[in-house]
Amino acid sequence: MSTMKVGLSPHRVGGYERVTGAQEYLADIPFTDVLYAKLVTIPCGRGRIISIDKSAALAVPGVRLVLSAADLPQPVARFGPQYRDRPVLAVGETKFHGEPVAAVAADSKDAAEEAARLVKVEYEVLPGVYTVAQALAPDAPLVREPELRPGDELAGSNVLTRRVFEWGDVDTAQADLVIDESYSFPMITHFAIEPHAFAAAPDDDGIAIWSTIQHPYLLQRMMAELLDLPLAKVRVYAPDPGGGFGGKQNMKLEPLVAMMALQTGRPVRLVLTLDESFQASRRVSAEFRVRSGFDRDGHIIFQDIRSDYMLGAYADIAERVVTKSQYTAAGPYKVPNVRITARSILSNTTPACAFRGFGTPQVNWAVESNIDAGARALGIDRAEIRLRNLATRGEEVVPDDTPADGLWPETVRAAMDAIGWDTPTPAGRGRGIAVGIKASATTGLSYSTVRLLADGSVLVFAGTSDMGQGARTIFAQIAATELGAPMDAVNVVSGDTSVVPYDQQTSASRSTVFMGNAIMRACRDIQAQVRAMAATAESVPESQIVVDRGVVSLPGGDVPIVDIVRAGLGKLGGEIIGNGMYRKEVQPEHPLGGSPAFYEFNCTAVELSVDEETGHITIHKHVIVGDTGKSLNPAQVAGQDEGAAIQGLGHTLMEHMILDESGRIRNLGAIDYRIPTSMDLPLHMESVAIENGDGPGPYGSKGVSEGGLLSVQSAVGSAVADATGVVIRQLPLTPEHVWRSIRDARASQDQ
Amino acid sequence: MTQRLTIDLTVNGRPRQLDVAVHHTLLEVLRDDIGLTGTKECCVVGECGACTVLVDGHSVNSCLMLAVEADGADVRTVEGLARDGELDPLQEAFLDNSAAQCGFCIPGQLMSATALLDQIDDPSDEQIQEALAGNLCRCAGYEQIFAAVRQAARERSA
Repeated sequence: MSTMKVGLSPHRVGGYERVTGAQEYLADIPFTDVLYAKLVTIPCGRGRIISIDKSAALAVPGVRLVLSAADLPQPVARFGPQYRDRPVLAVGETKFHGEPVAAVAADSKDAAEEAARLVKVEYEVLPGVYTVAQALAPDAPLVREPELRPGDELAGSNVLTRRVFEWGDVDTAQADLVIDESYSFPMITHFAIEPHAFAAAPDDDGIAIWSTIQHPYLLQRMMAELLDLPLAKVRVYAPDPGGGFGGKQNMKLEPLVAMMALQTGRPVRLVLTLDESFQASRRVSAEFRVRSGFDRDGHIIFQDIRSDYMLGAYADIAERVVTKSQYTAAGPYKVPNVRITARSILSNTTPACAFRGFGTPQVNWAVESNIDAGARALGIDRAEIRLRNLATRGEEVVPDDTPADGLWPETVRAAMDAIGWDTPTPAGRGRGIAVGIKASATTGLSYSTVRLLADGSVLVFAGTSDMGQGARTIFAQIAATELGAPMDAVNVVSGDTSVVPYDQQTSASRSTVFMGNAIMRACRDIQAQVRAMAATAESVPESQIVVDRGVVSLPGGDVPIVDIVRAGLGKLGGEIIGNGMYRKEVQPEHPLGGSPAFYEFNCTAVELSVDEETGHITIHKHVIVGDTGKSLNPAQVAGQDEGAAIQGLGHTLMEHMILDESGRIRNLGAIDYRIPTSMDLPLHMESVAIENGDGPGPYGSKGVSEGGLLSVQSAVGSAVADATGVVIRQLPLTPEHVWRSIRDARASQDQ
Repeated sequence: MTQRLTIDLTVNGRPRQLDVAVHHTLLEVLRDDIGLTGTKECCVVGECGACTVLVDGHSVNSCLMLAVEADGADVRTVEGLARDGELDPLQEAFLDNSAAQCGFCIPGQLMSATALLDQIDDPSDEQIQEALAGNLCRCAGYEQIFAAVRQAARERSA
């Protein structure tokens, strides 16, 4: 009578809708009497707004509203998940290319687009800061006005924060070899195939918001604060996002759309173009200088990591990206002496935010590449040097914090086996291997309500956003297993803050662990009620009854839960309601506000060739090994690992946003900004899961959605160096960049 | 003033006469005028493939085709793949292989793959990759999508 549905790969919940076109993304939702919104922008990064003439736009038939900052309550409200720095519309000047200076709402899309073109904005291009060097120059224009940073000793600079994490003593540590190199990681955009979209409508005496958001409950709270409404009067609908990757975590243009809805009294919808999505979110770019000390056996003696992360014009969640990723910047190793100095630097660019990996791939590029350099200088195999330094289960990577929670060397050996590390590299090829860890959620709170209905079918209420990672499938598998229901008799309800209980956020690969445990507890609650029901019905003491995974074990034999429930509920029918909560409390003294609930550990190994005539890289084999604890759905684990790996290859080989001297993004959109297509893939890909049941989630699981991306760039860079003898320290490894690097290296060898 | 024209389209087997703005794309008419929102909008420059539909059997970026250019054409969208409530084997294969992640690109992937399988019974891996080269998937579920197309090809020829 096994009801085990975890460890299998059933059809995705929501899969039918996805393959029939029935899945309703935000842009697909039918609204009555909706107004179409369009943004008005100016073609530069930082520009002073001299005047805004709306007359021509207002004359377009069907235009109902042209809104600029002057039309909003003064001072214009500001918001943000970390700092209240971002105004609803640009005030006085634009801070980045694409920041809206006005917005139009009209009865038709055509009218909105025409009117947006006709809003006449007179502006003057101002000097801005578009690189780390420009931002740090002594006379640099300030991105954030000092008056918005009261009491902040850094207010006179573009440095938002400077964080130092330190243990041991880097300055007195004695090393046989010191590697001292600089690295960079460019601006990259999320490029979810669904562009960001937002809608709002007056809702009795409150407001309803629709958003392609990953964190609907945080959006609800921030909107309630902004509009001074009770939480219960802000209803957030969060349809499944068509890809998020971190870019849809936090509130962006919802306040603007809400104000348009309140001013017009009608529903307003704003669907961004892909180009506008580039201006809505990006990964934090970064520059590094890393000094790594080794003894002659390859043990890491110290890491001295200086990281400059370039944020955009508004902080969004990017300062947290920097802080959290830098905390584990020294990697999954036992390093006795570490100093990490990280600066978050503001610039007049697209507000950077979360992006799969949350700052880790950037610093991984620098630190892993430095370890490679150490291995080369010491004549130690690149996999071996990692094995010599890796922590394994129970050993600390950051003193007095969550120790390694997996058999990490086993993961590395699995990757070595899969790539054939100990076999000779084919002629003309190079191999690379790299590891990464990412600290998962440091706090968390998820609630779930599970309803076992009279016929044994199940409704799971879980506020996690399913943006493609397949959260709802995992939740259905857990409930089906615990309550003995077939998968097609389980429905998972999400995406409505007025109906579904609170879930803190969908980020940090947390949902399987946090919401998964909440659902597990809700199922346990139901099982306890079923046990009481069975005791009454069978006149047996509860102590003699066990309810486990859909089965009620009575002294007389095993009975499916549904039989007990059907009989117990009787003629009136009804249901059994279970509630579950999973909470990880704030630790106020902790530098991150809490210790990581678990780590995502991943090893990536690649074999590639480089065409020295063109600089083109062909990946012949790409291996991803992740420590999943337990793969609740192996097909989805592979989808996450391989998807993350290919996304990482995009970052590594082709992607970067290019700005001109006025801060305008020159490669907006799909023609000029390339992401991997079906023609850009490794010739062979293999993903392996290490399952030791040692995670904190249901059945020993851990989160898995970011691991495959953490160290792609480092493994590829390592393999390029192996294949060509040329070390490249700036991403991306475009054909032109690789070709020039090889040519320059060969030229200097010839001299 | 917006100029309008009357066009005749067959959409998923159903003849329709439509009064459309001459500057509207087939994508806009499908989504906004007819309400078939399964076809998705992303890049609007013919690079991402989210809006792929079949026009007289050929896969087309519907964002690049004016609706008036489709006058008289037979158009098939993702909503037209299932017949009488039965999924097409290609759709089943996408489910079997967990090929749909966020799902936003999937209608376009399905239509490009349908065009391929209508032309080639037993496509090679290279032919599959090339046929889907115009359909971006940022979840990067490409391996799963290829596996689904291979499975559907096997089932069609079985």
